[in-house]
Amino acid sequence: MSAVVSARRLTVGYDGRAVLGGIDAHVTPGAAVALVGSNGSGKSTLLKTVAGLVEPVDGVIEVLGALPGRCGRDVAYLSQHRTTALALPLRVIDVVRTARFDQRGRFARRTDEDDRLVAGALERLEIADLAERSYASLSGGQRQRVHLAQIVARRAALLLLDEPTASLDAPGRAIYLEVLRDELRRGAAVITATHDLGEATECDRIMLLARRVVADGPPADVLTPDNLLETFGLGLTKVGDRLVVTEHLHDHRDGDAHPH
Amino acid sequence: MNDLVDPFVENVFMLRSLGIGVLVSLCCAIVGTYVVLRGLAFIGDALAHGVLPGVAIAVILGLPAVAGAAVGAAVMIGGVGLVTRRSRLSGDSAIGLLFVGLLALGVLIVSAADSLTGDLEAILFGEFLGTSIGDIWFQAVTTFVVAAVAAWSARPFLLLCLDPDQAAAMGYRVAVHHRVMLVLVAATIVASFQTVGALLVFGMLLAPAGTGALVTRRVGSMMVVAAVVGVLSTYLGLLASYHFSWAASAAVVMMAVGIFFAVLIANGIAERVRR
Repeated sequence: MSAVVSARRLTVGYDGRAVLGGIDAHVTPGAAVALVGSNGSGKSTLLKTVAGLVEPVDGVIEVLGALPGRCGRDVAYLSQHRTTALALPLRVIDVVRTARFDQRGRFARRTDEDDRLVAGALERLEIADLAERSYASLSGGQRQRVHLAQIVARRAALLLLDEPTASLDAPGRAIYLEVLRDELRRGAAVITATHDLGEATECDRIMLLARRVVADGPPADVLTPDNLLETFGLGLTKVGDRLVVTEHLHDHRDGDAHPH
Repeated sequence: MNDLVDPFVENVFMLRSLGIGVLVSLCCAIVGTYVVLRGLAFIGDALAHGVLPGVAIAVILGLPAVAGAAVGAAVMIGGVGLVTRRSRLSGDSAIGLLFVGLLALGVLIVSAADSLTGDLEAILFGEFLGTSIGDIWFQAVTTFVVAAVAAWSARPFLLLCLDPDQAAAMGYRVAVHHRVMLVLVAATIVASFQTVGALLVFGMLLAPAGTGALVTRRVGSMMVVAAVVGVLSTYLGLLASYHFSWAASAAVVMMAVGIFFAVLIANGIAERVRR
């Protein structure tokens, strides 16, 4: 099957300085990959590289058969940190509509399809009742749902999601997981960066990252205590269907780091 | 009623001042909206002050002040880009450095050239009441060009305000659009400083657009409110200047800032009443 994202010996970073290296990936339509790691592990940098926001330091990467950033219409990117001015006078529906801006000419009016996709996205994220509300008046969780609605409204072939469940409450997370499954059924490929192992197990494949690829494969093969210890510095054990913290990695004064 | 209308009917200079004030208000409403939404207040302020050495040199050389202001603005924008690229300093620090550097250079040039002493006041505080037909035409063309570029860039500008990373991932050339936005801010300041003055043009960029942000839920409506507040401030300011012999540009800017605070207070009261 043709790859949506294909990377060989990829190293990502900023200004030529490597953050994460040794990435080989082949993401096909309808596949979901979770990038899991602690802060600074390179998850967001890898997502930004795939989105074309950051130049690769080394190696080869193709997105939908082109260089990253050359197929923006078919990519939906959810950023982790936004600097949106709270003074921005926009209704929720206007924010979601911006997701369709690049699908038509600069001065072309909204089409019926645009309206249908925007309305559908608001429904799926269960925020249709907020459509006329001011974006600035929303809580953090509500705003995250608005941005997820943007992702859905793009109807893209590749979804790049940086911490999609950040600030979502339990119902919000359940809605997100439903949306994720719908998008995968539609044939979209999804790459999501997350700290949440529960969310990651919803994906076909997990890449554990710690400034290098610790493990890469199906969740059942990858989520081993040794791999998690190496990734997070925490020992986790699966008890039934739950993961439990059993060991804690800490540094001794002599610089030796090991779990107890 | 006569006191409200007669000054503009009986005095050509007042009518011209009103005319150019309306054009400045329209230009500042469009650009000021993005200054507020994109958080460009500091670079706007720096541009307004950074044009001083360019203007001073142009006046000494007998060139149009506008040309000197344009060069000053270009040096400011280029310098900020250079410092942020070549150092680890934040954009704010780079702007601050260029801001004080150019302002100090301007003061040195003005203090060294005795012939500029009289012009300095005009540079800093404008010559609202000395508007010529040529000034009005220049401002009209600038306002038209600014409006056309802003309309052309409306969607990428909005995405830039919302989430630059998302805009870049969609394929918009964020760096280019950011520079276009800065050029619009610079063009507005360069065109308007002769009227409102280098120190006060910034007030016309910020106060009407800030008022618009307080009362609207759409970017287009924010621009309309900013334009209305700008025009109203111009009218009230010129009227006050005529009747009370106030400095015209300062009176206009004070009206705009006064309206902003009046709306802010009214909003607060309305919110309390609703609760």
